[in-house]
Amino acid sequence: MENLTALVATQTEHLLEIAVSALIVIGAAFTFIGSLGLARLGDFYTRLHGPTKATTLGVGALLIASVIYFSTRGEGPSLHEVLVTVFLFITAPVSAHLLAKAALHLRVRSIAPPPLAVEGADAGQLRADVPRTNSAGRTESS
Amino acid sequence: MLSTALFIAFTLVCGALLLSLWRLLLGPDHPDRILALDTLYVNTIALLVLLGILLGSALYFEAALLIAMMGFVGTVALCKYLLRGDIIE
Amino acid sequence: MLSRLLPHPLLTLALALTWVLLVNSFTPGQALLGVLLGWAIPVFTRRFWPDRVRIARPWWLVFFLLKVLWDILVANVAVAALILGGQRFARPAFVPVPLELRSELAISILANTVSLTPGTVSAWLSPDRRTLIVHGLRVTSADALAQEIKTRYERPLRDIFEPPC
Repeated sequence: MENLTALVATQTEHLLEIAVSALIVIGAAFTFIGSLGLARLGDFYTRLHGPTKATTLGVGALLIASVIYFSTRGEGPSLHEVLVTVFLFITAPVSAHLLAKAALHLRVRSIAPPPLAVEGADAGQLRADVPRTNSAGRTESS
Repeated sequence: MLSTALFIAFTLVCGALLLSLWRLLLGPDHPDRILALDTLYVNTIALLVLLGILLGSALYFEAALLIAMMGFVGTVALCKYLLRGDIIE
Repeated sequence: MLSRLLPHPLLTLALALTWVLLVNSFTPGQALLGVLLGWAIPVFTRRFWPDRVRIARPWWLVFFLLKVLWDILVANVAVAALILGGQRFARPAFVPVPLELRSELAISILANTVSLTPGTVSAWLSPDRRTLIVHGLRVTSADALAQEIKTRYERPLRDIFEPPC
């Protein structure tokens, strides 16, 4: 009977190690693919897709692996990695949206035809303000 | 087994860091560089989490959380600058 | 009276949970401190939170989040395949999605969801908040994509935050 319990315990430990290892490799692979997308895709807007999705999920998987690893070491549950995961999942789309907005504002080169609505609204928005200088030092023609 | 997985993962994440750095240096536009910087932050978090598992220490979590927060604030501030030419309005 | 003492119950809950996770200890003392912080912070920062968040159907929100989580997993495999396959397969396009949602929170959640799921990133919201411009990585039909976003994500969000009653 004791043998059986010990056997089950080692088996569980083994399974957990497999799960943690798999999550680590999957997470790292997604992180890598996200950055690969950043490096090799054609224009800014398509590059935006890699880091926002793949990298976020990759880091999420790594953090879940960390939760399992630290929770099963016999020192009680360790869930604080969840905080980083949730934080990343909330902030990644926000930064992506802001970056896309900034890029549309600066008329960054795009493979897809840029939307017409932005041009009109952007110009209207700028006309209401004083002429502003953008980062490249050019004055916006409004 | 875990050490093999960690080795593979470290290699992949370091590769990811190098690719992001490549984009950061290459540009060509400001939003590209900001995106690369943001990706570097997230990759660094991945690296710190892996280091935490390797060394069996939960201390690196605080650093990861701080980098996540500072990275987000930095990205937003830079985007705001590109959009408005000013950070504090 | 209750709204003065406890202006944002959901924020209180979220802050208490964050505190417990942050200290990574689940003892009653820390839980109490978390609840105290969760109560005090909304009260002292009330001016920053003018509107109270109303969720008409909380359980639907849970189901919605689970669905989104599943979509994120599927989306990531698709995007990863696309990145590995290279640029030949990308058909990027900007797609305008007309919005029916009115609440700010619901629009933010929709934009975040769109950014996290199948090959789309929300790129621009028109100043009158009636059109969300979405950048798709592989768009075969713009109308179909807009329609999918509307039925799959916007409709449930309307049911959750703005029930037609």
